[in-house]
Amino acid sequence: MVNVIVLIKDIVDLTEIKVDPRTQRPILAGLPRKISDVDKRAVEAAVQLKEKHGGKVAVLSLGDDKTRTALREALAMGCDEAYLLKDPAFEGSDTLATSRILAAAIRKIGEYDLILCGEMTLDSLSAQVGPRVAELLGLPQLTYVRSLDLKEGRVVAERDLEEEDEVVEAPMPAVVTVVREINEPRIPSLMSIMRASRKKIEEWDREALGLSEGEVGSAGSAVEILEVRAPKMERKKMIIEAETPEEAAERLVEKLMEEGVLR
Amino acid sequence: MNGSSFRGVMVYSENPSLLLELLAAGRGLADKLGAPLSAVLIGGEVGGERREEAIRHGADRVYVLENPRLADFNVETYKAALLRVVEAEPPEVLLIGGTKRGKELAPRVAAALETGCMTDCISLEVDEEGRLVGRRLTYGGSTVAEEVCLRKPQMATIPPRVYERPEPAERRGEVVALEVEVPEPRVRVVERKEKRRAGFRIEDAPVIVAGGRGIKKREDLKLLEELAEVLGARVGCTRPLAADYHWLEEWIGLSGHKVKPDLYIACGISGTIQHVAGIRDAKVIVAINSDEEAPIFNIADYGIVGDLYKVVPALTKALKEKLGK
Repeated sequence: MVNVIVLIKDIVDLTEIKVDPRTQRPILAGLPRKISDVDKRAVEAAVQLKEKHGGKVAVLSLGDDKTRTALREALAMGCDEAYLLKDPAFEGSDTLATSRILAAAIRKIGEYDLILCGEMTLDSLSAQVGPRVAELLGLPQLTYVRSLDLKEGRVVAERDLEEEDEVVEAPMPAVVTVVREINEPRIPSLMSIMRASRKKIEEWDREALGLSEGEVGSAGSAVEILEVRAPKMERKKMIIEAETPEEAAERLVEKLMEEGVLR
Repeated sequence: MNGSSFRGVMVYSENPSLLLELLAAGRGLADKLGAPLSAVLIGGEVGGERREEAIRHGADRVYVLENPRLADFNVETYKAALLRVVEAEPPEVLLIGGTKRGKELAPRVAAALETGCMTDCISLEVDEEGRLVGRRLTYGGSTVAEEVCLRKPQMATIPPRVYERPEPAERRGEVVALEVEVPEPRVRVVERKEKRRAGFRIEDAPVIVAGGRGIKKREDLKLLEELAEVLGARVGCTRPLAADYHWLEEWIGLSGHKVKPDLYIACGISGTIQHVAGIRDAKVIVAINSDEEAPIFNIADYGIVGDLYKVVPALTKALKEKLGK
């Protein structure tokens, strides 16, 4: 039997982002949202552990009313309980405040053997929430995990590092962050989607989690985002003028020789 | 920890060569702040040459933490060691090398210190108010965010090869050894194995010829293959050609492979930000497109406005002559 809590974030669909040509800022408003790809694989990994060893999976997300769609999807994939952490005071939370909120909710749920999440969400790319939650809860952390199992009451995982792979084991409870390669998430059946739509989503606000105003949102954060723009690329932007394709090709080859990129 | 007791810039990486790059980043910030730069060395035993090396590459002070339990990297024991130094000499700025290990260590340290950390900064500077401002990629690499850390120590991780290793010089520096109590690690390594390299990866290709929706049918990829052969290049494509048409298995871009060749030749590629996110580290980008308004020309070094069906074969021919192949 294993009790798993999986942390997910619903993020804007990155394939839909366009840049405003005038301001060079990304247009994010009104974009559809979905579970961040790596987090979805954490859900799949949690459900697979439950199917193999028994137990239950709770899914947890900090968000707004739209986040219910993501939580429903996780329920349809096989999670048993869903918690939405929602409060206007949570807005503007960076990883410091977000981890505090998640850790408070995990403490409130109380019973768990494993906490799972993606190594990072693809919108912020900060890769901090897993290790921060582990620190706040005083738990061991197993990061970049690409295969996961339980053995004699311990968690065993294969980690994907730069130059090597590492097989590690740790006592539970523990925090595990997974990489994209861990699995292919299932597509829930119509039946499970129907069943999931009848499940209750528990909602907790700041007070329910026993957090002060200074601990959450912008007030409880340390990193402020000043600006988000399309990357400036320092490029030559030289258009090769020529009468014919042959002439253009020859001039380009000369330029590439000068650049020293031909061999 | 608060107040004005924070002073100086401190850098740490378990990767010796990245540590030297961090010293380059740290030196600039320390000079701006008029504060000392220190490097942290953690291990079972840290050789004298590594201390000297850190000083020669810019450190004013080197903290050495040695303990048999620190022989191998473990995030909990290394966290304890790093916190020990930070408590002894709280820095204004703490930079950690952005390897995978560094990026699991930094947030854990940041959480313990209740401060912020900016992941994978591609540039760092100190603003007029003395605050650490970092620029980093967000939204899968399609945008750059400028962020500021408002609590101290102000933390950031820096990936490898963002800063160049400084020129070594004969300098004076101080070495400080610190005792540290190291907890028994809870995560145990059962096995370490070398990565299995799955053949040749497009990430390692020095030259890439890539096609986009300007390619009308699958057979026409032959034009790109012929060009690639003369260049010793690999053929790649944008997402629609792989994900929608299944002409190739993998694509380059935000959701696919991120490449950094010396030369990237984009043929019939319009240049969506999703694709550009995958090629921003290319040294030279060439764009061939019949639409002179295509955004790809704004991020290319050399552009040819023309029909790829004529330009690509002409380029293949010109290269054959020039390279004598």
